[in-house]
Amino acid sequence: MERIVFSGVSKKFSLSTQRHLLSGHIGSWFRRSEHQVLWALKNVSFTVRDGESLAVIGANGAGKSTLLNLATGLCEADEGEVRLQGRLAALLELGSGFHQELTGAENLRIYGSLLGLSRSRTNAVFDLIVDFSELGHFIHRPIRTYSAGMVLRLAFSVAIHADPDILLIDEVFAVGDQSFQAKCFERMLRFRQTGKTMICVTHSADLLRKMCDKAIWLDHGHLRLAGDLEEVLQAYQRQVENTAPLASPVSS
Amino acid sequence: MTAANYPFVVQNLVLKDFKIRYRNMSLGVLWSLLNPFIMMAVLVFVFTNVFPDQTVKGFPLFILCGLIPFNFFTLAWSSGMVCVADNASFVKRIPLPRALLPVSNVLANCIHMLIQIAILLSFTLVLGYPITRYWLFLPLVWALEVVFVMGLVLATCAIDVYVRDLRYIVDSVIRVLFWAVPIFYSIDRVPARFRGWYEFNPITALTVSLRQILMDATAPDTRLLWKLSLSALLMFTLGWAIFQHLQRRFYERL
Repeated sequence: MERIVFSGVSKKFSLSTQRHLLSGHIGSWFRRSEHQVLWALKNVSFTVRDGESLAVIGANGAGKSTLLNLATGLCEADEGEVRLQGRLAALLELGSGFHQELTGAENLRIYGSLLGLSRSRTNAVFDLIVDFSELGHFIHRPIRTYSAGMVLRLAFSVAIHADPDILLIDEVFAVGDQSFQAKCFERMLRFRQTGKTMICVTHSADLLRKMCDKAIWLDHGHLRLAGDLEEVLQAYQRQVENTAPLASPVSS
Repeated sequence: MTAANYPFVVQNLVLKDFKIRYRNMSLGVLWSLLNPFIMMAVLVFVFTNVFPDQTVKGFPLFILCGLIPFNFFTLAWSSGMVCVADNASFVKRIPLPRALLPVSNVLANCIHMLIQIAILLSFTLVLGYPITRYWLFLPLVWALEVVFVMGLVLATCAIDVYVRDLRYIVDSVIRVLFWAVPIFYSIDRVPARFRGWYEFNPITALTVSLRQILMDATAPDTRLLWKLSLSALLMFTLGWAIFQHLQRRFYERL
């Protein structure tokens, strides 16, 4: 089954910042301002089938996060079409939606429901989530008393218990201390082994080798190469090594 | 995520709002009770001692019938209209229908409103007004008010993403409304040529209906109810359409 299909997808962002105030809107009626546009993605097509795990690689600003956001349905494509089948959970920015004044347990329930956990499911996995996060009695304290690592641990624990068909991961591997990272990683491998679909974005080639079998390489919004992970990864690394001595790789 | 789970999400968001609002208040929910009474005391003082108004009997309840709808309206509108722009992380990171934000925001204010209605009704009874069968109209008129506010919040919270100074405009509108709604004066004193327009204002319609139900022990004017229904449904339809149209570019705008 085709889980995620991108066909000819383009996404642009406006670079003008003036038009957030009423005066800016009125001004734009009178003078023709040249519209500066950045194409974050241009004519990108690929397919992820059931059970596949796709790595998205490319330099900063290549359009990787935009691609994930389009897949999640957070924004709409300007051209082309994005199709999706199944329940999706996105580990984009962990803990968005947490409130400092509420306790860990309260935030857990809210965040869980935002990620798609039903009431009965939340009750069923509540203890599992708390155990996994290793927060212990801190779970009943307000989040503002937590360290940054504790917040991430809680968010990650909720997210992996949301039990999606498709998991999108954007650079969230650096969660907590080493033993917790190992636990998270083991958990994601298990997710992978149960035949679920994944898209991963990370700069760590080692992690990608363990998690993914296919890859696409984005370069300034264009799809440069798609294929088996090792093949794409090597082509990408060759290009990075070749351009590295240049003063500014961005302007290449 | 399936649509079956949305009620649970809304319930969680409403509860979250309620907890955040009252957790750090020493008097808790009591603050929300105190506010209309302070305002009522000031207005009663001014309009019995400074500008005495002999045409109205039972002035404290008369004012409360105007203040409580007005308070709900201003609180729900001003907190609801910023709920999208101020929750950018929700819009940009969580793949849920964006309408859940304004909807749960208005519902959270409804809890607050229910507490205030309870005060209003207790106050009515304490002053010796009877419970009549016309009280059955109360849920209807309040529900229409909520529908109106929901539409207004949907429209303005979407526009606020595009026009960030809208909140200051709304502030001014609210100030004008305090005088344009018959809170501390009777609608009978409004010249007849303006009165027809006054009645299209849902807060006015609610205020006048409350006074008829609670103080005069009569049914609210049918004409008034029609106007209230009309403006509530119009506003809701318009608000929903505006929100659906504008929400497609929330991501880029935030």
